Amino acid sequence: HGPYQPHEPGYGLDQPGYSPYEDVIPDPHARMLAIKNAKAYLLKTSTKSGLNLYDHFANILTKILDEQPTNTVDIIENISKDVKWAQFRKKMDTLRDEPLIPPTCEAAEKCKALFVREGGEEEREEVEEEMGEPALPNVMEAAFYFEQAGIGLSKDESYYIFLALKNLIRVQPIQKCRFWGKILGLEMNYIIAEVQLREGEEEEGEEGEGTAAEGEKETGEAEEDEQKEKEAEPPKSTYKPPPEIPKELHGTGTNKFVYFVCNEPGKPWVKLPPVTPAQIVCARKIKKFFTGWLDAPVVSFPPFPGNEANYLRAQIARISAGTHVSPTGFYQFADEEEEEEEGGADTYEENPDFEPPPVAEMVESLATWAHHVKGILKQGRCVWINPTQKSEENEEEEDEEEEEDEGEEQQEERGPPLLTLISEDEGMKDIPAWTAQASTNLIPEYSVAILQSNRWPGAYAFATGRKFENIYFGWGHKYSPESHTPELPPPAQAEFPSGPEITETVDPTVEEEMAFKIAQEEALAEAEEEEDEEGEDD
Amino acid sequence: LGASLPLLQRDYRFERVWFWGCIQGVRGAYYIAEGLGPDRAAPRSRLYSLNCLDWSLLTPATKEMLALAEQVKGRFQGDPSFEYSLAEINAEAAARLVESGKEPVMKEEARLIATVEQIDRAVGIVPRGAFVKTPLGSVHENRHFEGLSLGEAKKLSSYFHFTDPVNLKNKTLLEKADLDPSTDFLESLEHDIPRGKGSWSIQLEKGGTVVVLRSLLWLGLTFYHVPMTKQFGYVYFGTGEKNLDLPFML
Repeated sequence: HGPYQPHEPGYGLDQPGYSPYEDVIPDPHARMLAIKNAKAYLLKTSTKSGLNLYDHFANILTKILDEQPTNTVDIIENISKDVKWAQFRKKMDTLRDEPLIPPTCEAAEKCKALFVREGGEEEREEVEEEMGEPALPNVMEAAFYFEQAGIGLSKDESYYIFLALKNLIRVQPIQKCRFWGKILGLEMNYIIAEVQLREGEEEEGEEGEGTAAEGEKETGEAEEDEQKEKEAEPPKSTYKPPPEIPKELHGTGTNKFVYFVCNEPGKPWVKLPPVTPAQIVCARKIKKFFTGWLDAPVVSFPPFPGNEANYLRAQIARISAGTHVSPTGFYQFADEEEEEEEGGADTYEENPDFEPPPVAEMVESLATWAHHVKGILKQGRCVWINPTQKSEENEEEEDEEEEEDEGEEQQEERGPPLLTLISEDEGMKDIPAWTAQASTNLIPEYSVAILQSNRWPGAYAFATGRKFENIYFGWGHKYSPESHTPELPPPAQAEFPSGPEITETVDPTVEEEMAFKIAQEEALAEAEEEEDEEGEDD
Repeated sequence: LGASLPLLQRDYRFERVWFWGCIQGVRGAYYIAEGLGPDRAAPRSRLYSLNCLDWSLLTPATKEMLALAEQVKGRFQGDPSFEYSLAEINAEAAARLVESGKEPVMKEEARLIATVEQIDRAVGIVPRGAFVKTPLGSVHENRHFEGLSLGEAKKLSSYFHFTDPVNLKNKTLLEKADLDPSTDFLESLEHDIPRGKGSWSIQLEKGGTVVVLRSLLWLGLTFYHVPMTKQFGYVYFGTGEKNLDLPFML
């Protein structure tokens, strides 16, 4: 294996003294290691063509030195390509790479569908004329105002949501619709629309819906008898589950609005089922992230009656009840007398004489804002109902149900008074329930009053003049200064006290019985003998 | 913001300055900016502002500050000179402070420093390959970084914490053979507690044009990356509190 010729690979490497890299890497060991690493890197095989760089360079150099073309440096790239072509072997792999349809295209298709105007355009225009007020909310306008506050989605997304809402209105008989907000989830997010269906459109059979998923027991009341299975064999348990609190009727209380969700604008809207008090009460106790799939189970303790769609609906109800506000006086009661009656004033209407207070005042004093959604009682409804008697009575004290004092106070605070001022919202520790700001200090004439909720981080409201809007962007959880402690499992129930009469003992064996009998007879005989003796003595 | 950050860069001689995020207090918000010199791995200088115009430098965090800040719970107030009374929270720490001659209070500014440092350490992430380490030890941006592909972008393992690695040496030899020491010198995200679902939520927005990672441990930290491009970054918008309920929430 004689001295290497210049055109062979390996030329120059066998002369240890000569190395152009001396000044860079002084240590010989490190140099060898570096050389090895570099060579290994060059030898790495490309996944696409099966070549490696080292061989490729060697082949190029060989070819150049063989052919010795002129102006080599200018045509070096072509030489490289030629060498590669020469190496071409027929592709042995019969599998073809499937052209991966990037998800970008699917999404783009869906978004395109939003933009396409459907053929029902004429019908829609007629309908709108009948209505008088437009059903579609002006999402872009609201987005603009929220942008002043620094909250909101990007313009693209807002516009997509706008179009998606338009589709929703076309499909469902909707009287009023509003973009409620966006709740983030682990895998996908939810975009939520609050909708008021047209009068006369009732929900279909709610009884059959979802009752399989809901338990029959209330998990909220602090009662100790939790679930016990009814045994089919005797003895029959006399345990009656506490009566289920009926959910509120469609159109009232917590079910005043119907909510539609979709994961992304462009996907079909799904209607959320109405919420039951049991779900709200349980949702108060657990804190779980949403995954983004509506049919995902919610695994928690106490076990949540329902799947993620129900949990989502319950959280929406809580957030709406807690944070939907409007400038005081914007809404007024339809009829003053109704306020005192049971059921409370459920209806309110816009006050035509409303004078919007200036923005500065709205920022400074929280008394200029009022809730316009009824608060949820501890029971899980907006209107208290006595489950045993099944009659609608307001705030009566019943001995049958265990009521805590807080329940009564809450009712007083949030029950009938529908339009309470938010300045009466209690804070947590030293944190007030709301933070108010003006959107900008630089241009006070056009600034907007922004309200952030501290109890539900992510809930915002803005108001300027007659316009106002509420929105929610967040994870869907309430803020608590302390960590969340899950409810402890109930204490193990006491067993029947075990006494000697029910304790099992081993039955005596036959021998023991015989021995016992003999012993008894002997004792008897002795006793008789003693009596005889005593008798004789007398 | 756009006007004041370049000015900051000039005044403090940073090579790069960026907007870190915003911590919302009850009465106001803190806007935080970070600046770096030529070495990317050096401790960063942080500045905060209440109105995006006037920036004040924050001193680097010390271990005591970090320890104390973990004790303080609740929202930030929005006022940097607000003092938290430590006596309620942790009697021992307060006693120690009193002995050393200081008052048993913690200023909100210190809490801010510690919180920002914690967040950066815990959830400041970068995509794999974005930074390279030269043999001399300094860290530079990788000019050849073309971005992650879509498939890679969906995996947690393609993102690293941008902090000194703690567990890197514990990996098995087999795994180490696959690693490339110039790019894989940071800790990957897939070992974040809790495992499995992890404490990150990965989402593709806009049909895959943007990858968004949200941290579930510090709610409000959002990291974005446009696959196949060099763009990435993270920002924090939130209340500055750690989400200790994470194990219950998954």
